[in-house]
Amino acid sequence: MTTEDFTRDELMEVSAARALAGARTCFVGIGLPSTAANLARATVNPGLVLIYESGTIGSKPTRLPLSIGDGELAETADAVVPVPEMFNYWLQGGRIDVGFLGAAQVDRFANINTTVVDRGPGKPQGRLPGAGGAPEIASNCGEVLMVLRHSTRGFVRKLDFVTTLGHGSGPGDRERLGMRGAGPVAVITDLGVLRPDPATAELVLSALHPGVTVEQVRAATGWDLKCADTVGVTEPPTAAELAALRALKSAGREGR
Amino acid sequence: MAEIRSLHDAVADLVHEGDTLAMEGFTHLIPYAAAHEVIRQGTTDLSLARMTPDVVYDQLIGAGLVRKLIFSWGGNPGVGSLHRFRDAVENGWPRPLELDEHSHAGMANRYVAGASRLPFAVLRGYRGSDLATRTDTVSSVVCPFTGEELAAVAALNPDVTVVHAQQADRAGNVQMWGLTGVQKEAALAAGRVLVTVEEIVDELTPRPGGVVLPTWVTDAVCVVPGGAHPSYAAGYTVRDNAFYQAWDPIARDRDAFTRWIDENVRTEGAVAR
Repeated sequence: MTTEDFTRDELMEVSAARALAGARTCFVGIGLPSTAANLARATVNPGLVLIYESGTIGSKPTRLPLSIGDGELAETADAVVPVPEMFNYWLQGGRIDVGFLGAAQVDRFANINTTVVDRGPGKPQGRLPGAGGAPEIASNCGEVLMVLRHSTRGFVRKLDFVTTLGHGSGPGDRERLGMRGAGPVAVITDLGVLRPDPATAELVLSALHPGVTVEQVRAATGWDLKCADTVGVTEPPTAAELAALRALKSAGREGR
Repeated sequence: MAEIRSLHDAVADLVHEGDTLAMEGFTHLIPYAAAHEVIRQGTTDLSLARMTPDVVYDQLIGAGLVRKLIFSWGGNPGVGSLHRFRDAVENGWPRPLELDEHSHAGMANRYVAGASRLPFAVLRGYRGSDLATRTDTVSSVVCPFTGEELAAVAALNPDVTVVHAQQADRAGNVQMWGLTGVQKEAALAAGRVLVTVEEIVDELTPRPGGVVLPTWVTDAVCVVPGGAHPSYAAGYTVRDNAFYQAWDPIARDRDAFTRWIDENVRTEGAVAR
């Protein structure tokens, strides 16, 4: 299979799914994280327990849900719990291995903004949907994965608002704030994968997707992105991964 | 005790100008028909509370009835922005919208405190987030047993909560099942409770995970089949995802929005389908 046979988005989605290998439970945000988590169940991690904030534990949808409360998520779940229970007992209780989040803006320490963005002098701030479950997902899950498309609009030098803390202003901030989970461990994009440097907690380029250059990624990043000691190259999607991804997506566009 | 009433009369009696109104539903069981009745009656200066304000709150905001929004995530799930909400926040159209903004965990716990009739609830939350700097309903408290500093969120006690459920019996006992969200807490936190249901049955059959609201915690039950559309009632209807997608271009444009509300909600006997 050549690079002509799949898109950058598909590379991102497949890479994001692979990042869930070995996890037992995943708190799933809607959109790209949901695509990745459902693809993981169809490929690298069939036993992965998908948890949606609408209250479903162990959902096994056969199509991609449009919202976190689509009927199929509840119908296929092992359990459906009330929303306060979800956030208090399951999330705050430390029962969930991986939180999988999207973001509008991310900074070099993987802090997230989903609240407001500055649009320049004389213009009102642009309004985004808000926090949702993200602040407590990021603090209480064992670790956090993020997936979003790479651009200077999304990967910014300074956030206009800190909705959700990643690594704060560097090493030690999470511990000082008493946050229990490890925080963001990877940001998967359509160009490659960024991971926090263990010494500085700053996101550095750790893998490139096939055909992408370091310069391309740096140009799409709003800060002076550094490279890890070794920058790997993502394995291209297998035929089976692509087939599973496309099946999920085509099923997701039908019915309901 | 819940009286079984017409939607018109129940909304007129129970939803007052200036109220804090919660119309809860986490994607499922959203009380659209009751919200449309509020729009028809023009009940205004409302403070709306909800964890996940979606299209129905976009409609109430665009109709000019809302002064304040208490929430944690405002969007059209899987589709994009709430354009009427954005226009109100960014441009003050049709009126400025005050925000009291939280995380989901914080909002859920605000309702828990409200239902428990406690002044606040405690959680490990808001750590490192700017959210806490923009609201006076988040603070901190030190655990008297361990010394840990924890987030405190003020109780949320709506004047009136409106929810949609699958069934009620003739005495006004209500049962809902499937994704039941934060509806039990929102109802028990409220001063008045209005429930719309798909149907009245002779006897409620217990359902796995079902939430029952006894008749004596509810003021009115209204029979409104399909009253959650374009949201849904598990066992009765399915979510009309196409409507949520179709809403996006309507809500983008002030005139298109107003025309839609006039034709589908404000017109006597109109039913938005």
